[in-house]
Amino acid sequence: MGETNKKFSMHVMDHYKMEDFIPATESEKEYLVKMRPSTTAFQDGMRRLFKNKVAVVSMFVILLIALAAIFLPMVWPYQYETMLGMAPGKPVDASFNNLRPFEYSKAELAAIEAGEKVFPHIFGTDSAGRDYFIRIIYGTRVSLAVGLFASLIVLVIGLVVGSISGYAGGRVDLIIMRIVDVIYSLPDMLMVILLATVLKQVIGNRLDGTVLAKIGSNIISLFIIFALLYWVSMARLIRGQILSLREQEYVLAAQAAGARGGWIIRKHLLPNCVSVIVISTALQIPSAIFTESYLSFLGLGVNAPMPSLGSLASDALNGINTYAYRLIIPAIVISLIVLSLNLFGDGLRDAFDPKLNS
Amino acid sequence: MNPSTLKYFVKRIIFAVFTIWVVITLTFFIMHAVPGGPFIGEKAVTPAVQAAMEAKYGLDKPLFEQYTTYLNDVIHFRLGPSLKQRGRMVIDIITDGMKVSAKLGLIAAAFATILGVILGSIAALRRNTLFDRIIMIVTTAFVSMPSFIIGTLLLITFAVKTHLFPANGSTSAGLVLPVITLMLYPMSYITRLTRSSMLDVLGQDYIRTAKAKGVPRMKIIFGHALKNALIPVITYLGPAIAYITTGSLVVEQIFAVPGIGRAFVNSITGRDYTLIMGTTIVLSSLIVIMNLISDLLYKVVDPRITFD
Repeated sequence: MGETNKKFSMHVMDHYKMEDFIPATESEKEYLVKMRPSTTAFQDGMRRLFKNKVAVVSMFVILLIALAAIFLPMVWPYQYETMLGMAPGKPVDASFNNLRPFEYSKAELAAIEAGEKVFPHIFGTDSAGRDYFIRIIYGTRVSLAVGLFASLIVLVIGLVVGSISGYAGGRVDLIIMRIVDVIYSLPDMLMVILLATVLKQVIGNRLDGTVLAKIGSNIISLFIIFALLYWVSMARLIRGQILSLREQEYVLAAQAAGARGGWIIRKHLLPNCVSVIVISTALQIPSAIFTESYLSFLGLGVNAPMPSLGSLASDALNGINTYAYRLIIPAIVISLIVLSLNLFGDGLRDAFDPKLNS
Repeated sequence: MNPSTLKYFVKRIIFAVFTIWVVITLTFFIMHAVPGGPFIGEKAVTPAVQAAMEAKYGLDKPLFEQYTTYLNDVIHFRLGPSLKQRGRMVIDIITDGMKVSAKLGLIAAAFATILGVILGSIAALRRNTLFDRIIMIVTTAFVSMPSFIIGTLLLITFAVKTHLFPANGSTSAGLVLPVITLMLYPMSYITRLTRSSMLDVLGQDYIRTAKAKGVPRMKIIFGHALKNALIPVITYLGPAIAYITTGSLVVEQIFAVPGIGRAFVNSITGRDYTLIMGTTIVLSSLIVIMNLISDLLYKVVDPRITFD
């Protein structure tokens, strides 16, 4: 809102500058004559996006974190669930537990003495002797995956319900929108906690032995919760888009000019709709990550030994006096992910939503 | 009050009551989906005892009859006994917790609003200065941090490492850190809201007219600009209360504040189903009512709003 006004007043001031009334020089005329290649809406948006420094930096931060989360677990010498002190057939070596960053256990020190190379524990190990760096990386992977997948669920359900509501209109639209209103006004966090508590109980035993058991009942219930509660804003948005786009004058103009339905959908409706959908999906991801970390903190998140950033932060509370960094590291990673996704989403919106570019 | 305003008010109130009914109904049926029902104990009981228990709590009756009984009980604030805290009623646990949580929440909400409005106004008036930039960066950071992270970081810094404040939130001095944790997010949000709304108002024609007529700057800011800039802040107060209520669930846990949030979190870990149900219903109703009030207030404060 504020931006508009600033631009508006600058615009007015520009109108009354003296140099505007000086005749154009030859070079200025030439500049005006020059034909520029036409740009598509997508190119135009990308150009605006890359001009936005904050959005570009956030994009790189997200890419860096995502690449690390995807590829580092493949090449890292430690696994997230391996308790290093527990080797089969040997007594438990407690010196692996609670190592400080870059510290080595007794066995590892002996190996270094003997001339072997031991990969350092960058963030030390946790109370069960698991390498903390790889747990953070793996937790980031879980959090990102949960955020992305939950947002996709929201997108699909919202897209289907919203389109039906928008196209069908009439009584169907009315009923769907009343349901949306009710779900929208439910206090989401409390309902999420209630559902998570109960779903854990209900589906927990039924998953045993299936493929889904590996993902864990808690993450499944998280997805069910997103499918039940969070699609409403997306459905509202898409319904509104469809209703308003159908009535646009340029659609009428295209029809009058003899354009076919397919052309109108491809050239007018989709490009206008897609940007809004992509942007709100992008902004949904951080909110899903937030919800997951919150539930993990309450003990309703991912199932152990799988880590997520929220559960790592929650586990770290026990040893907060001596091992404060174990809380600070996941805290920084969550904040960084949420912050850069939010800033990137804002940048996307500024670059691709033509209605906000006044 | 004109008829269209009245009609809108009645419609909103009916909708709020309907939402609360949906919450109660959902809680009832969700709880019935739990295997064994909400009244399952931790010890194995004989079938005879099980049957007696079910008869006592009316679980042997048809589902619809159970539902109407439950609805009637909830309306009369009868939320049943706690399953884990023997001999205590859910409504008593909630009332006790509410006294502490309400104090915490109200202080946090008041500070968040006052500081947010002041910081946001200054940022708008000093637009594009260093102060404005710092405010924007700091508020963006606070909006991106989950409350449990802010809370634990404050706990480490001020209670564990420096002992400036007690880590236990059951005393008055102990409430300082939980209040700060709870207020940072709504404060940041209100700051940003006030800033953008203030910038919007400052660009309006009537401000220019006032300036042209030679109205003193302070009078323009307080008499003309701020009054109108605060209208969007009022709409945020409903969601802010919702945020503070749910936020206090974890904040009370971190700082060991004996409020309703802590009771709720403990009821989750302890599978105290009646307490979970009761707390969800009470807190949800609170949030729905707060949203209703802020919505109605918004329409009262801004006569330009039209009713659809």
